[in-house]
Amino acid sequence: MTEAQGQGPGAQGQGPGAQGQGPGAPTIDAGELTTFARLRRRGAVLIGGGALWLLLFLAVPLALVFAAAFCETAGYGAVKLSLTWDNLGRVAGWGVFGWEADNLRILLRTVVVAGLTTVLCLALALPMAFWIARQPQSRRGLLLALLMIPFCTNLVIRIAGWTVLLSNQSWLAGLAQQLGAIGPEDGLYPGTFAVLLGMVTTFLPFAVLPLYAVVERLDWTLVEAARDLHSGPWRTARHAILPQIMPGLVAAGILTFVPALGMFLVTDRLGSGKFMLVGNLIQQQVGRDTPYLSALCLTLVAATLIGIAILRWRAREVPVA
Amino acid sequence: MKTLSVLGWSGIGLLYVPLLAVAVASFNAGRHGVAWKGFTVDWYVKLLGNQVVAEATVNTLLVAGISTIVATVLGTLLALGLARTPWPRPVRGGLDVLIHLPVVTPDIILAAALVVAFAVLRLLGPLAEVWFAPGLLQIIIGHITFEIPFVALIVMARLTMIGRSQEEAARDLYASTWRLYTRVLLPQLAPAIAAGALLAFSLSLDDFIIAFFTCGPGTETLPVLIYGQMARGVSPELHALSTLIFVATVLLVVGAARLQGSRAAAS
Repeated sequence: MTEAQGQGPGAQGQGPGAQGQGPGAPTIDAGELTTFARLRRRGAVLIGGGALWLLLFLAVPLALVFAAAFCETAGYGAVKLSLTWDNLGRVAGWGVFGWEADNLRILLRTVVVAGLTTVLCLALALPMAFWIARQPQSRRGLLLALLMIPFCTNLVIRIAGWTVLLSNQSWLAGLAQQLGAIGPEDGLYPGTFAVLLGMVTTFLPFAVLPLYAVVERLDWTLVEAARDLHSGPWRTARHAILPQIMPGLVAAGILTFVPALGMFLVTDRLGSGKFMLVGNLIQQQVGRDTPYLSALCLTLVAATLIGIAILRWRAREVPVA
Repeated sequence: MKTLSVLGWSGIGLLYVPLLAVAVASFNAGRHGVAWKGFTVDWYVKLLGNQVVAEATVNTLLVAGISTIVATVLGTLLALGLARTPWPRPVRGGLDVLIHLPVVTPDIILAAALVVAFAVLRLLGPLAEVWFAPGLLQIIIGHITFEIPFVALIVMARLTMIGRSQEEAARDLYASTWRLYTRVLLPQLAPAIAAGALLAFSLSLDDFIIAFFTCGPGTETLPVLIYGQMARGVSPELHALSTLIFVATVLLVVGAARLQGSRAAAS
């Protein structure tokens, strides 16, 4: 490989004469007469701390999770070295008493809840993005700030707010009781409705911001052209707008779906004890059964990667114009 | 346009009603439940004398402060080394993966991975068992880990933007590497470094799950404390605390926006 290939976007000051020479050959980098070897030594000193940190506390722990998923538990978080498929089997439902459907049900529920959250978020975020983008410039900054503030407020506090609003003594629950939607003594939480409400409000800003970024740069002349050619509202949306906002939709979808898959706080506080997601399973095993915990993490990572792959693949299905 | 406005405002409303509910509940005189029993500021007064809350506040600020400083230094150096070094392609690719890993990893996985790693580290011996016991050190290490890439990515974007002509000029004028970095690059990078530090600080304040998984007795941060108390039933004192944190968040966001606004006006 030639040295020129190794240059990043930062090394623009490189003269053409540097191509195809060894690391010891003299070169000019941003006005400095030096060698590749010296530049790389300097670079190694600069990135050393950060790269080592990320290796030690991120790459190695993730590798350990992968390895521990195939080990045996020694109780209270400890691990005994071995090679076994038992932990992954337990994730799929095999236990001491034979196979049970509980875990598969939880896995399915996790994917369904995350998917539903994503769809609801996108459905609400899209009109919001168009609304913000069509405001006057000064107003837009204010609205984006209004979105950022709850986004930056700790999730625990926002969930505490929902428990107040949805508890059986609140006026909202009172209204639902009057309408007969829930029993006379019941609250609106814990329950599936509360979980979905909590999930959608948690991730709504994640969906609005990337959508706003594409809607703001939307080329409206294409829409005009479609109208001039007698295209109806549906065909205009499908062929003049959708291809333009697709990157934003995919980004918003990934930003909502991925963290939604790993959510445990919302279901833990707003769902009944039986409404568990993979995140809740993981939380229960922290400090207890480390190999099982690791196997659950592997499953979640696999689900995340599959989800991202599907969203990206769907994005390619929509042709431009 | 009318429908859009209604949808837009209701979307924003959905984000604010729970926060408003907490604020209203914090002024409610009733100790139990959410039924309105009159206005009071007693819960705020009681909060001031609460030892556990004071401890958690100190923990939170300590974790956010230390992790921000370390992550800002390491992240900035990482950005400089990545953007200004002609790395061979495989090295650059590896570094790129490493730096994006914390951004794409769901935080529950990152937290669980740290738990597993520290469990393994504790096996090393009795001394390691003390050092790597659940506590503040673990939370700080966890926070630094997910803050580094955000700082590095922001600084790197700025490095690409400012280009290399000023560096060339400095070299032509016989600037040493040290002078180049401290007198030419650092002043130009300062806004990006400040923005990265601010983001790191707010990410640390926003974290619940890493602190929850890795904290020990007496080392809870504020979100973990509120979560723990929530399990024992809602208390008005808790709502007072949450309201204060919300107000602090608003001030932080508005302050950051002002900072950015004045910088944009100056340049």
